[in-house]
Amino acid sequence: MQIHDTPALKAEARNLNFYYGEAQALKNINMPIYDKKVTALIGPSGCGKSTYLRSFNRMHDLYPGNRYEGEIRFFPDNTNLLAADVDPIEVRMRIGMVFQKPNPFPKSIFENVAYGLRVRGENNKRVLDDKVEHALKGAAIWEEVKDRLPEQAPNLSGGQQQRLCIARALATDPELLLFDEPTSALDPIATGAIEELIHELKKRVTILIVTHNMQQAARVSDYTAYMYLGEMLEFGKTDEIFIKPQDKRTEDYITGRMG
Amino acid sequence: MKPLTNEQIRAVIAKGKFRDNVFKATGIFCLALALLVIVALIADMVIKGADRFTIDFFMNFASRRAKDAGILSAWVGSLLVMLVTALAAVPLGVAAGLYLEEYAKRNWITNVIEINITNLAAVPSIVYGLLALGIFVYQFGLGQSILSAGLTLALLILPIIIVSTREAIRAIPAMIREGSMAVGATRWQTCRYHIVPYAMPGILTGVIIGLARAIGETAPIITIGALTFIAFLPPAPFMGEPAAGLFDWVMAPFTVMPIQIFNWTSRPDPAFEVNAAAAGFVLMAMVLSMNAVAIYLRYKMRKKIKW
Amino acid sequence: MSANNNSDLHQVSNRLAYNAMRNWKERLIEAVLLAAAAVSVLTTLGIVYVLVSESVSFFASVSIVDFLTDTQWTPLFDDAHFGIMVLISGTLVSSGIALLVAIPMGTIIAIYLSEFADSRVREAAKPILELLGGIPTIVFGYFALLVVTPILQVILPGLPGFSLLSAGLVMGIMIVPYVASLSEDAMRAVPMSMREGAYAMGSTKLYTAVHVVVPAAISGLAASYILGISRAVGETMILAVAAGMQPNLTWNPMEPAATITSFIVQVALGDLPHGSIGYQTIFAAGLTLLLITLVFNILGQWLRAKYREVY
Repeated sequence: MQIHDTPALKAEARNLNFYYGEAQALKNINMPIYDKKVTALIGPSGCGKSTYLRSFNRMHDLYPGNRYEGEIRFFPDNTNLLAADVDPIEVRMRIGMVFQKPNPFPKSIFENVAYGLRVRGENNKRVLDDKVEHALKGAAIWEEVKDRLPEQAPNLSGGQQQRLCIARALATDPELLLFDEPTSALDPIATGAIEELIHELKKRVTILIVTHNMQQAARVSDYTAYMYLGEMLEFGKTDEIFIKPQDKRTEDYITGRMG
Repeated sequence: MKPLTNEQIRAVIAKGKFRDNVFKATGIFCLALALLVIVALIADMVIKGADRFTIDFFMNFASRRAKDAGILSAWVGSLLVMLVTALAAVPLGVAAGLYLEEYAKRNWITNVIEINITNLAAVPSIVYGLLALGIFVYQFGLGQSILSAGLTLALLILPIIIVSTREAIRAIPAMIREGSMAVGATRWQTCRYHIVPYAMPGILTGVIIGLARAIGETAPIITIGALTFIAFLPPAPFMGEPAAGLFDWVMAPFTVMPIQIFNWTSRPDPAFEVNAAAAGFVLMAMVLSMNAVAIYLRYKMRKKIKW
Repeated sequence: MSANNNSDLHQVSNRLAYNAMRNWKERLIEAVLLAAAAVSVLTTLGIVYVLVSESVSFFASVSIVDFLTDTQWTPLFDDAHFGIMVLISGTLVSSGIALLVAIPMGTIIAIYLSEFADSRVREAAKPILELLGGIPTIVFGYFALLVVTPILQVILPGLPGFSLLSAGLVMGIMIVPYVASLSEDAMRAVPMSMREGAYAMGSTKLYTAVHVVVPAAISGLAASYILGISRAVGETMILAVAAGMQPNLTWNPMEPAATITSFIVQVALGDLPHGSIGYQTIFAAGLTLLLITLVFNILGQWLRAKYREVY
C-alpha cells in the first residue's frame, strides 16, 4: 500500500438512494471521485449509471416527483450537493455536463461557448473573446471554427457539435465535468477525437463519464465503477477491474456474456 | 481571469431568481387579465340585461320599443342557419379529412389541397361574406336566405372540421388499419367500420368548435345582406295558408342572434343597450356551453383512449 | 374431374366479378371523397373569381392611381372619391394597437405556461384561453363600445365615443389566445435536451426561456404573430361597433375611423343595387384586404422556411 498513490478526493457519494416517484433507481451507492482523474461508469442499460451521473448536477430537480436520499460530498469545501439548502443552480455552475446527443443552442458558435459566461453576468467583449478562444482550444476545435464563429452552431457536424458542447462546458472552468455517453451518437473518427480530448482534459478537470462501451472505459478512465440494477457492484482502478474483476457479474459483463 | 467565488455566484443567482419571480408574476397577471375580461364581460351583460331574462324576451319579435322587443326571430334564425351549416359542413369536412388521410397519394393535387386548407383558415371571415354575396346570392340566385347564410358559414368552418378530422384519424394506430385490411376489408370498409367510428369523438369535438364559431359570426352574414329587422318566422313545413313545402324555410329571409345584438348595440337609445346585453348573454351562453362540451369531450377522450 | 374444374372456374369468375364490382365501388367512393376535398380549392377559386371580376368592373370606372393616392373615401356621395388609403390607415392603426397588446401578452402567457407553470396551472389556464378565444366578436364589440370606452374616457377625457384605441385594445385581448396557444405549442416542441443543456450551465428559468427556448421556437412564434396580424387586419365587428364608421385618414388612435372591413359592413347594411359602383366598391376593398393578409402569410411562410428548426 503506497499512501502517496491515492489522489485527493473531489467528490464522494455516501449512502446515495434515488427515487423516480415510487421507483427506486439508485440503491445505497458509496463511491469516491478522485481529483483530476477520469472515472468511468459502466453497466448494462437501465442500471442507473445515467441517473447517478445526473444526480451530481441535480438535473433530476427539473422534473417533479424525484427524490434523493443520502449525500454527495463535494470537495474541497465539503458541501453536500444534495442538501435541501444548496441551490441546484449553484451546483450546476460549478459542475459542467456534456450530453449523450450534442445539444448546441440555436445560436452562433461564439454565443454557444459564451453562454455560460453570460449566465454568470460576464458581458465584457474582451473577456468573452479571450475565454471563448481558450475554451475552443481546450476542446480541440479552435482550428476548425476560428473563421466561422458567427455561424449557427447547429450547422456543424455531429462530432464538431459535441466538441463545441465540451467547449461550452469548459468555458466556465467547471470543477467537475460530467459526460453522459458523449460518443454514442458519433462515428468512430469523431469518437476517437473526443476520447483523446478527455485524456487531455484530465490535466485540468475531474471527469466522470458514463459509457456503454467497454473499450472506451478501458481507454479513457483511471477508475471504473460497475453498476447493476441501481447498485454499484464494484469500484476500482480501471486496470484492475478489467484484468481481474472481483464480482462474477462484472466479469460476465466485461467479457460480453451479458449486455 | 479567475473563476467566480461562491459568493459572486450566489449574487448572480439571486439576481436571476429575482428576474424569474418578476416574470412569473407578470405571467400570472396576464392570465388573470384574460380571466378578468371574461368575468367582466359576463358580469356586465348579466347585470345590465337582468330585466330582460323573461319568457317574453325569448318569445317576442324585434320591436321599435325596447321593452317589447325580443329575440324570437333571431334565435330561431340562428338555429336554422346552424342546421344548414351542419348538414353541409359535416359530411363535406369529414369526407375531405378522410380522403386526405386515408386515400390521398403524395402528389401535387394533394399538396394544393393541403396548402389551400391552411391558407383558407387565415382568410378573414368577411371575405367569405363577399364570396357568398357574389356566388350564392346573385350567381346561384339563392337570395338573402337561410340557405345562403348556412352555406357561407359551412365554407367558413370547413377547414376547422377537416383539420380536426385529420387529427382524430392520425391518432388511430396503423395496426387497426392493417388488422382490418388483413381480413380482406376494402379501404372504404375499413374507413366505414373502423376509422370513422374510432375518430368520432375527435370529429365531434371539431364539429362543435366549428359550429360554436359559426353561431357567433356576424360579418359574413351581414355582408350577404341579412335583414336586421324581422317580425316573422320562416314558414314551418306544411303549415300556413297555402301550406308551405317541407323545405320552404331554407329560402326565407331571416335574422340571427349576432345581427340582432349588432342592431341593438348600434342604436343611440340606451334602452336598447339592455336588450343588447341580454341577447349578448344568451349568445355567449350558447357559444360557451358548446365550447365547454367540446373541451369536456376532448378531456374525456384523452383519459379514456389508450391504444 | 372436368366438371369439378368447371365449377371451380365458375366460382373463381364469380369472385372476380364480385371483386370487380367492389373495385368499381371503391373507385366511386374515392372520387366522391376527392370531390369533397376539392371543395376547399373551389372556395379559394370562388373567392378569387368574385373579388377579381367585380374589381375589374370597379377599376374600369376608377383609376388605380386615384384608388391608391386619393386622400378621400366618399364612394356613395355625388362627388365620389375612392382613396383606399383612408380605410387602410384605420385598419393599420387598429391592428397596430391590437398587436401591441396581443403579441407581448400572448408571448408572456406562452412562456409562462410552457416554462414556468406546473401542469395543474396549465390544465386550468388552457380552457380559460380557449373560452376567451371562443367569445363571438360581436360580443367583444359590445364590450369595447359599452364597457371599455367609458372606462377609457375616465382616463383620457378627450376620447370620443367611437375610437380606434378602444376597438384596438379589445381586439388585442381577442387575439391573445391565438398567439398564446400557437406560441406555447412551438415552445413545447423544443426538445427537453436543449433546455437541459441550458440548465446544466446554471441558467435560471427566464434565462433559459429567453436565450434558448425562444430562439429555438422562433419560426413557430413568427407563425403565431402572423396569424395574429391576419386576425387583426380581418376583424370586422369590433371595429364596426366601436370604432365608428366614418372614413377618416388618420394615424391618431384617439379618433374614430372606418376600416376596410367596417366599410364593407356599412355598405352591406344599406341597400345598394347589384352591379352599381357602390356595390363593386366593397369587392375592391375586399380584394385589398385579401392582398394584405396574403402578403403577411407569404412573409410568414418565408420566415418559417428561413428559420426552420434544426434540433
